[in-house]
Amino acid sequence: METFDLSSAEVRDLNRRLQMRDGDDGERQFRVLHPNGAHALAAGLTHPIDVTIEGHTGYYCAGMNQEATVTVNGNAGTGVAENMMSGMVRIRGDVSQSAGATAHGGLLVIEGDASARCAISLKGADVVVQGSIGHMAAFMAQAGKLVVLGDVGADLGDSLYEAQIFVRGTVASLGADCVEKEMGETHLAALKSLLAQAGLDADAGSFRRYGSARQLYNFNIDNAGSY
Amino acid sequence: MSNERNKSTTFPPRVISEIHRAAGEGIYEIRGGGAKRSVPNFDDLVFLGASMSRYPLEGYRERCDTDVTIGARHASKPIKLDIPITIAGMSFGALGANAKQALGLAATAMGTSTTTGDGGMTQEEREASKTLIYQYLPSRYGMTPDQLRQADAIEVVVGQGAKPGGGGMLLGQKITDRVAEMRTLPTGIDQRSACRHPDWTGPDDLEIKIRELREITNWEKPIYVKVGATRTRYDVTLAVKAGADAVVVDGMQGGTAATQDVFIEDVGIPTLPAVRLAVEALREMNMHREVQLIVSGGIRTGADVAKALAMGADAVSIGMAALMALNCNAPLYEEDYTALGTTPGDCHMCHTGRCPVGITTQDPELEARLDPEEGARRVRNYLSTLTMECQTLARACGKSHVHNLEPEDMVALTVEAAAMAQVPLAGTDWIPGSS
Repeated sequence: METFDLSSAEVRDLNRRLQMRDGDDGERQFRVLHPNGAHALAAGLTHPIDVTIEGHTGYYCAGMNQEATVTVNGNAGTGVAENMMSGMVRIRGDVSQSAGATAHGGLLVIEGDASARCAISLKGADVVVQGSIGHMAAFMAQAGKLVVLGDVGADLGDSLYEAQIFVRGTVASLGADCVEKEMGETHLAALKSLLAQAGLDADAGSFRRYGSARQLYNFNIDNAGSY
Repeated sequence: MSNERNKSTTFPPRVISEIHRAAGEGIYEIRGGGAKRSVPNFDDLVFLGASMSRYPLEGYRERCDTDVTIGARHASKPIKLDIPITIAGMSFGALGANAKQALGLAATAMGTSTTTGDGGMTQEEREASKTLIYQYLPSRYGMTPDQLRQADAIEVVVGQGAKPGGGGMLLGQKITDRVAEMRTLPTGIDQRSACRHPDWTGPDDLEIKIRELREITNWEKPIYVKVGATRTRYDVTLAVKAGADAVVVDGMQGGTAATQDVFIEDVGIPTLPAVRLAVEALREMNMHREVQLIVSGGIRTGADVAKALAMGADAVSIGMAALMALNCNAPLYEEDYTALGTTPGDCHMCHTGRCPVGITTQDPELEARLDPEEGARRVRNYLSTLTMECQTLARACGKSHVHNLEPEDMVALTVEAAAMAQVPLAGTDWIPGSS
C-alpha cells in the first residue's frame, strides 16, 4: 500500500504515479489522504490498481478510468468517472452533476444521491445510485444501464437512445421519447446481476424499467416539436 | 418594365420558394455547406505593395518563411507546422474514409495538420496524418482516452461558425454500420449531436476540464479551444483565461455537414470582424503570439490567408475549400447532381450522403469515385498554391516571414470592411469607429 498525502504532494505527481507513467513496478494498492476537493484526482488511470481516496473530491475524479478501481470515502464533484471505459468507481457519499457522463464501460456506484444530468450521454457503462437523482438524468443516453434505488427528478431519459433505466422510487416526469417498458426476465436477471455487482441489497422486482420509444430516431414532421 | 415593378424585394422568388417548401413539408430546411449570403469578407481588403517608402523582397528568390509553432504556452510538445494553413475538423461520417485519408496524406506532405471530427479517430486517418488534431466535442461520440493520447493536440470544440450554439446532425443515410459502431448508435438513425458539453458549463468549468485533459495526456498536448464567431472578444478572452494554448475562431462562412439553413445563414458574425476582435482580445491580455490564433470560415485563396495573417492570425484552417480541391462541386457525374436537384457549383447536398464526387458519402460505390492518392495530390497542390500566393503578397510588402504582415499593409475597399477590420478606407485615413 502506497500513500499519497495531498496536503504536501501535487495532483500532477499523484496522477503520474497512478498512471504508471514511469513504469509499472507492481504496486497495486494506493491510498490518497487530504484530497480537499482537488480536481482530476485519479484521472486517466490505465492499470488494474485499487485507489482509495479519503475525503471529498472535486471535478472529474476518476475521469476516463480504464481498469482501475477507485473508491472515494466522501463526496465527489461534477463529472465523476466521466467517460469511464472500464473498471469500477465507488462513491460512498453524494455526487454533483454529470456523474458518469458519456461513460463507455465499467461500473459507477454512488451510495448517496446524485445531482442533475447523471449518466448524461451514457455510452455503455453501468451507473447505480443508491439514493435519489436530479433532473435530466440519462439525457441522450446511448447504451448501458442507469439504476436508481431512490427517486428521480424531471425529464428522465430525454432524447434517449438505447440505454436502459431502472427506477425503484418515483419519477417526477419522463423526457421526450422516454417511456416505461415491460420488465422481462432477461431485464430482471440483468438488474439482479448489476445490483449484486454494486453490492446493494434491493428487490429487483420492485423496479420499473424505462427506455426509448424510438419515435425520434428519424426526423418526422409530427415530432418536430420534440427535437 | 411592369414585371420589374411588380417584383417584391420583401418576397423575392427564393423567399417565396422557401415559404412554399415550408408549407409543404412542415420542417426547417437542413443542408450542408456554409453561409451563402453576401457578407463583408477578405475580398474587401487589398494590400499596399511596397514602392518608394518600403521595398519589396525579390519574388521567388528571397526568403519568406511560413512556419508556425502552436501550443508552446503550456504543452511540453507543441505543434510545429511548415505552413500556416491547416485542415479543419471534419468527421468520418460526414466525410467518407477516402476523403479523410486524402486530407491526412496531403497535410502530411505539406507539413501541416489535419483534424478529426465528431465520431472519433479512424486508424486510416491516424496513419495518414503525421500531425493530427483531435476534436473534443459535446457529443463525445467515439471519444476515448486512448485516442486522446494518440493525438498530437486536442481541440475542445465549444462551437463552430456554421452553427454557433447548435449541435451537429448526421442523417440516417450516412449512419452506416461502421459509423454507428464508432458512435455507439443504432444504424440508420438521424443522429443529433449535443450543443453543449455534458460535464461542464461556462469558462470556470472549462478551466478545470482543460486541466483534466492535461492530466490524462501528461501535459504534452497543446489544447486548442474552438469557438464559432459571435461574441468573439469575450469568447477569446475567456478561452485564454481557461488555459487554452491556442484559440480557433470560425466565422459564419465556415461549413458544416448538415444543420438547419436558418442557423447557417442567420447566426454568427463574418470571419473578417471576428479576426480583428480575437486579435484585440489577445493583445489586451498580452497574449498575442503567446496563445496562437487560428482563423477559419471562408478561407479560399492565398490572399485570404495573407489577409488573415496580416490582421494578426497565426494560422488559418480550411474545410470547404479543401473539399473543393478534392473535386467538391466539380462538373463530374452531372446526372447525379441532377438527381439531387442541384448542379455543380451550387451543390450543398452533403447531408444526403449522395455526394456525386464521393467526398461526403458512406456509399461504397460513390466513395470509390475518390481515390485517396489522387485526392491527396490535388489537396497538396492546392495547399502549395495557397502558400505561394501568401508568400508572394508578403514579399511584395517586404516581409521575410508571412507573420510579419500587419494591418498597416492593408486598406479596405468598403466602409463596412474598414469598420470591421479596423483598417483605413482606401484613399483616406478614415477608420470608421476609431478615427
